[in-house]
Amino acid sequence: MIEIEGVSKSFNGVPALRAVDLTVRHGEVHGIVGQNGAGKSTLMKILSGVYARDAGTIRIDGQVVAYDTPLGARAHGLGMVFQEFSLIPALSVAQNVFLTREQRTTGGMLDDAADERRTARILAELGVSIRPDAPVQELSVGARQLVEIAKALSQEPRILILDEPTASLSASEIDTLFGVIRRLKGLGISLIYISHHLEDLLRIADRVTVLRDGRRVLTRAIGDLELGEVIEAMLGSALAAQRAPSARPIGRAGPPLLEARDLAIGERVRGVSFAVWPGEVLGFAGLLGSGRSELIRAVFGIDPVDRGEIRVRGRRIVVRDSADAVANGMALVPEDRRSQGLVLDHPVKENLLLPIWKRLSRFGVIDDREANAVATSYVGDLNIRTTGLSQVVKFLSGGNQQKVVVGKSLSSEPSILLLDEPTFGIDIRSKQEILAKVREFADAGNAVVLVDSELAQLAAACDRVLILRRGQIGGEFGREGGQEMSQAALHHAIHGGGAGGERSA
Amino acid sequence: MTSPAQEARTRRLSVELGQYVIYLGFAAVFVFFAVVLYDRSFLTVGNLTNIARQTAMISIMAIGFTFVLSVGEIDLSIGAVVALAALVTALVLRQYSIWAAVPAGLGTGMVVGLINGLVTTKVRIPSFLVTLGTLGIVNGLARWITDLQTVPITDGGYVFLFGSGDLGPVPILFVWTGVALLIGHLALRKTPFGRQVLATGGNRTAALYSGVKIDRIKLLALVISGGTAALAGMLYAGRLHGARYTLGEADLLTVIAAVVIGGTSLFGGKGSVVGAVIGSLIMGIINNGLILMGLSVAQQMIFQGVIIILAVSLTSREARGR
Repeated sequence: MIEIEGVSKSFNGVPALRAVDLTVRHGEVHGIVGQNGAGKSTLMKILSGVYARDAGTIRIDGQVVAYDTPLGARAHGLGMVFQEFSLIPALSVAQNVFLTREQRTTGGMLDDAADERRTARILAELGVSIRPDAPVQELSVGARQLVEIAKALSQEPRILILDEPTASLSASEIDTLFGVIRRLKGLGISLIYISHHLEDLLRIADRVTVLRDGRRVLTRAIGDLELGEVIEAMLGSALAAQRAPSARPIGRAGPPLLEARDLAIGERVRGVSFAVWPGEVLGFAGLLGSGRSELIRAVFGIDPVDRGEIRVRGRRIVVRDSADAVANGMALVPEDRRSQGLVLDHPVKENLLLPIWKRLSRFGVIDDREANAVATSYVGDLNIRTTGLSQVVKFLSGGNQQKVVVGKSLSSEPSILLLDEPTFGIDIRSKQEILAKVREFADAGNAVVLVDSELAQLAAACDRVLILRRGQIGGEFGREGGQEMSQAALHHAIHGGGAGGERSA
Repeated sequence: MTSPAQEARTRRLSVELGQYVIYLGFAAVFVFFAVVLYDRSFLTVGNLTNIARQTAMISIMAIGFTFVLSVGEIDLSIGAVVALAALVTALVLRQYSIWAAVPAGLGTGMVVGLINGLVTTKVRIPSFLVTLGTLGIVNGLARWITDLQTVPITDGGYVFLFGSGDLGPVPILFVWTGVALLIGHLALRKTPFGRQVLATGGNRTAALYSGVKIDRIKLLALVISGGTAALAGMLYAGRLHGARYTLGEADLLTVIAAVVIGGTSLFGGKGSVVGAVIGSLIMGIINNGLILMGLSVAQQMIFQGVIIILAVSLTSREARGR
């Protein structure tokens, strides 16, 4: 049994956890939910010894424990199964499970056979059939997840922390995983289960704790709990009731500016159709792994599609790569501004003008005066706070970096703007400025596709929102006479709570 | 405690200093040898002109190589291309005019560059390995087609134009270097192509998502590098009145050193054509100074290796320090 009392943690003076209490019983599956930034991962990183806590005590079986390294956490019986896989693909299952703790022969050589026997015992305990000598790269994602669990179990933990374990699993793999979790419970192991997927928690957890803004706001046994209650606790009652602004008319008489018909991409996107008309901001809401990013990437020509077609202004287009997408009037604000959006070592100007150098040149030579004028206009227009056009973007704040990415996308004068999590991790003022810019862009007769996990933001920014659930459209919300679009309603819908009609786009 | 504004100012200052450190280095190396070798005719017009002549081919290769490094690739085949292009030019000159020989020589280098580029971008093999392979192939071809023999050049016009002539008081090699410097500098700094080279090398994903055809840009950079290596080979042939498979053998090391000293990042995204030429001059002065000090070719090679490691460790420390 683990008791957490008054645990607090701040980063640079910003509190991430405020006096959180939590008790996890023997053989219990304890679910932890909360929005992004609620403090879930901070709490887990404190438990697993990645962060040192500022205040509070942790007791395991009544004993106060003090540790501030992952090794120390492991020594006290805390195992962690990470969301990102930490397995080495070329090594076998057994070699991964006992990495750095291999059995040695008397000669000092590695004894693979002994490790395979030990691994086989653990896998049998889990009730799964994976060969211990199989290379990890040959396993499915689900099997790898189980190997991660086996790896954690090989250190004989009493408490196991699972972070979003179903994020990349298929339905049948989830069933296997839940079977394993039940067996672990039977062995007396306590599990802390972090997830966005409320439906999964309702199936497997004994109790659920909700975190919001670094505070514990609710802990309840699963039998006494309703989905609506959890969502309200996650959002706060004031936010949940917030209504979207009033409807704005959108002409749908002509052909849509962008249309996708029956797109399929691997396992992640399974036959999705949608259309965006001039002046419209179309949102996509869905959980992690619902296919949101994959959909955008495919439309923009980054990933190849297995099936389906893309049309711009009613004409079918071929998008082999992103250059084709740009040529067809699309621009993308990618998910990760640092690795996908910006050349971090280059100045503001070079980033803003990257798509349009050709347009800014005469007889093959760049017209510096015009380039400076264009870059200056974007800096002013988007209110980018910088010491000048030659400021290197890696020295800008996150919000200003993101404004540079948005400016860069707009500089190619697209008619279709695709945005993937455009306001992730940036300050509120920059958020509002960026969303205002997006609205302005749409109002000028262009089309916007917005993927955002902040549902309040989607509800406020979009004219229409489509729900993506495990790679398929699972509902539609709109301002024009459709269903009421609120954060709570969207939340219900992405969790499969039944709201959102099965209207096709 | 420093305020953010102060910090930004120091940072800007250090960035600006970073741009000029190459000139300081140049001055330091120059003054060093001028002082140490004051009695051994280092500081004579004859010797300095000689340095500049010897450096011309390295400068021209370094200019092309700057594009390859800036785009985030590498070209190990340049030394071999020097020899093959020189030999092809000399062989064609035996039977045809300069009008056939020059395109043949340049074309040889550009075709090797094209192959390097196509295999790198289409088969998606790192250019390090592709050009290591073509290095071997081109080296072998150069030995094979001439049976290890020297091919003399007797065409007076060619010899004048490619290496040995003077335009008034100016050696023709300076003209070639100047023209390559001007075109290279403008191409990297003032054309869409140059910006796309730097963007691709700085962050290929960001460039790709911005609509840059990064494969085409990489291919072009490798063709340029093959072309400048071929030009260097043709200039060697003109200067020496003949071609031999050993031409350019030791040049790869010198060119990499020159380009990196000149402020071009080995990891892409940052490049300077002017820096590459100054880096070449620094290498030329060092080599010349070392010879005058009595060091052998073998000892010079060791010195060059040390310089590369020093130069790269300075640039990569800068890359990590952010």
